[in-house]
Amino acid sequence: MDQRREDPRGALVRPYAVTRGRTEARMEIAIEAVLTASPTSVVESRFAGHDKHRIATVCEGRAQSLAEIAAYTRMPLGVTRVLVADMVAEGLLTLHTAAPAEGFDERMEILGRVLSGLRRL
Amino acid sequence: MDFAGYDPAPAAGRNRGIVSAKIVIAGGFGVGKTTLVGAISEITPLTTEALMTSAGIGIDDPSKVPGKETTTVAMDFGRITMAQDLILYLFGTPGQTRFWFMWDEIIRGAVGAAVLVDTRRIADAFAALDYFENRNLPYVVALNHFDGAPQYELDEVREALAISPDVPLVMIDARRRESVKRVLVTVVEHAMMRLQSEQGRGYPAPVG
Repeated sequence: MDQRREDPRGALVRPYAVTRGRTEARMEIAIEAVLTASPTSVVESRFAGHDKHRIATVCEGRAQSLAEIAAYTRMPLGVTRVLVADMVAEGLLTLHTAAPAEGFDERMEILGRVLSGLRRL
Repeated sequence: MDFAGYDPAPAAGRNRGIVSAKIVIAGGFGVGKTTLVGAISEITPLTTEALMTSAGIGIDDPSKVPGKETTTVAMDFGRITMAQDLILYLFGTPGQTRFWFMWDEIIRGAVGAAVLVDTRRIADAFAALDYFENRNLPYVVALNHFDGAPQYELDEVREALAISPDVPLVMIDARRRESVKRVLVTVVEHAMMRLQSEQGRGYPAPVG
């Protein structure tokens, strides 16, 4: 964490240093798509670096969206997406699908579920 | 890439267990977006930030921020866990409408949007209305109640905003949970009607 303050280039360059400069995630992940981490993968993530371990810890026991992970770890959205995509590929996180954007029946079903969920609140 | 359809061999770590949906909350600065999200979210509204290089800004003038190559765009959001396998997120749009790249990210795959309007500053809503119409995102207009603000008939406001008759227009008190809930229900109902009518136009009517 303290490396951030020591980096002479400041906070603007540092964020993508944790991804070794990569700004493109290896898969598309919507901001609302949720991720979960098993207790085993939280332990395994210790060997994947500090930032990935923090992400796994955030997702342990409670599904968290990409946006929530970014907010809780205080990392920019783009940086978080690169790391999360890596972790999904490495099997450290499980990516759940965001609501389907295509298919009439599929979309109607989700809308119907959201509607009754809201009415129950 | 779209995995919404048939997915014969799910990639490692990909799972259909939990579905998440989102509704977009738009409107001018100070119109009550975060208040609305906070009134119904189960978590205190969170903020996530995106970095943007000045090359991506377009109309931004880099000379105003000497030596700064990136800008931070913040957006607030909340969460409603509806079931173990269904979560609804509410995303507020960034205050400055010039950050369109962020809006694109926010509306992709969204159920629909609510545009909050302050009757004292109606023009603040125009950018959001134009944007959602261009992107064909179902939206409703919600007139936020502010103490002391002039009261208008809904028809007058509809005319001032130049929105079509099929766009729902409702009154709201963004501080009140029940009021917010009603607006969100309207957004989802409107999205369902739109989807149904698009389906009707795109396919031949069923025989019999």
